[in-house]
Amino acid sequence: MEVGQMQRQWVDYTKSLFMEKRYLDSQFLQLLQLQDESNPDFVVEVVSLFFDDTEKLLNDLTAALEQQCVDFKRVDAHVHQLKGSSSSIGAERVKNGCVAFRNLCEEQNTDACLRCLQQVKQEYYLVKNKLENLFRLEQQIVAAGGSIPMMELGF
Amino acid sequence: MGSGGFSSGSSSMASLMENGDHVPHVLAVDDNIIDRKLIEKLLQKSSCKVTTAENGPRALEFLGLGDHDRLNSLEGNISKVNLIITDYCMPGMTGYDLLKKIKESSVMKEVPVVIMSSENVPTRINKCLEEGAQMFMLKPLKQSDIKRLRCHLVNSRG
Repeated sequence: MEVGQMQRQWVDYTKSLFMEKRYLDSQFLQLLQLQDESNPDFVVEVVSLFFDDTEKLLNDLTAALEQQCVDFKRVDAHVHQLKGSSSSIGAERVKNGCVAFRNLCEEQNTDACLRCLQQVKQEYYLVKNKLENLFRLEQQIVAAGGSIPMMELGF
Repeated sequence: MGSGGFSSGSSSMASLMENGDHVPHVLAVDDNIIDRKLIEKLLQKSSCKVTTAENGPRALEFLGLGDHDRLNSLEGNISKVNLIITDYCMPGMTGYDLLKKIKESSVMKEVPVVIMSSENVPTRINKCLEEGAQMFMLKPLKQSDIKRLRCHLVNSRG
């Protein structure tokens, strides 16, 4: 596939992540705009931090909810963290999942929290998959000598 | 980097953004690693030098106001930072607690402090502004927020 085609594919894929499914919101665009020649891997770096941090939080949440006596304050604190970081990178559906999750923490409903956790995990793995696809496309473009077609996003 | 002597409140705020050869030094405090990276990049993009801290106590240590800093050396601290921007919700010492400690310090109280939060709670915002916070910003932060921050700091008086 030649560079032009790959670039068009990147644009289409990125747009689809916003438009149809709202995996990402405009905050992700902020990240793209912050990337430049002095820091060409900025987005990958931030997103990688997000992946690591989220996986740890999801594990902590699972452990906290499996306790005999659930400490909802602790659970809420973890969800608050996840809500913050997903919001900062633009992972809209994960963030929305966290908002619902916090409401359930207030109700102190363990079963509902566990179900919500599953949903948040699903949303996370979905967006992770999408972002990894995007980064792969970018690597291919760069390897073929092209650059990321920022302007064509036209948001 | 510090020039001889130290400036009064209003001129240090104006000089933060106006003085061509003075790169503003911002201390950004946030317990979330992703947010720290984001705020650092946003500020660097706006030509600021950035130091990040992951909590209030570390921030105070950096400012020379930590528990172990019995003697607050005047020269060392006042030229260190031009602006402190801190998250509100942090475990242990909140951004509000940090703001209070800074405003209680005879040395650091003139340094503008900006509070960030993901939650838009009017009582929280008022509490911070009353305690002397320069501004309150809603997360997630964008480039337009940093631009607004610069305008606000240049235009405000002591």
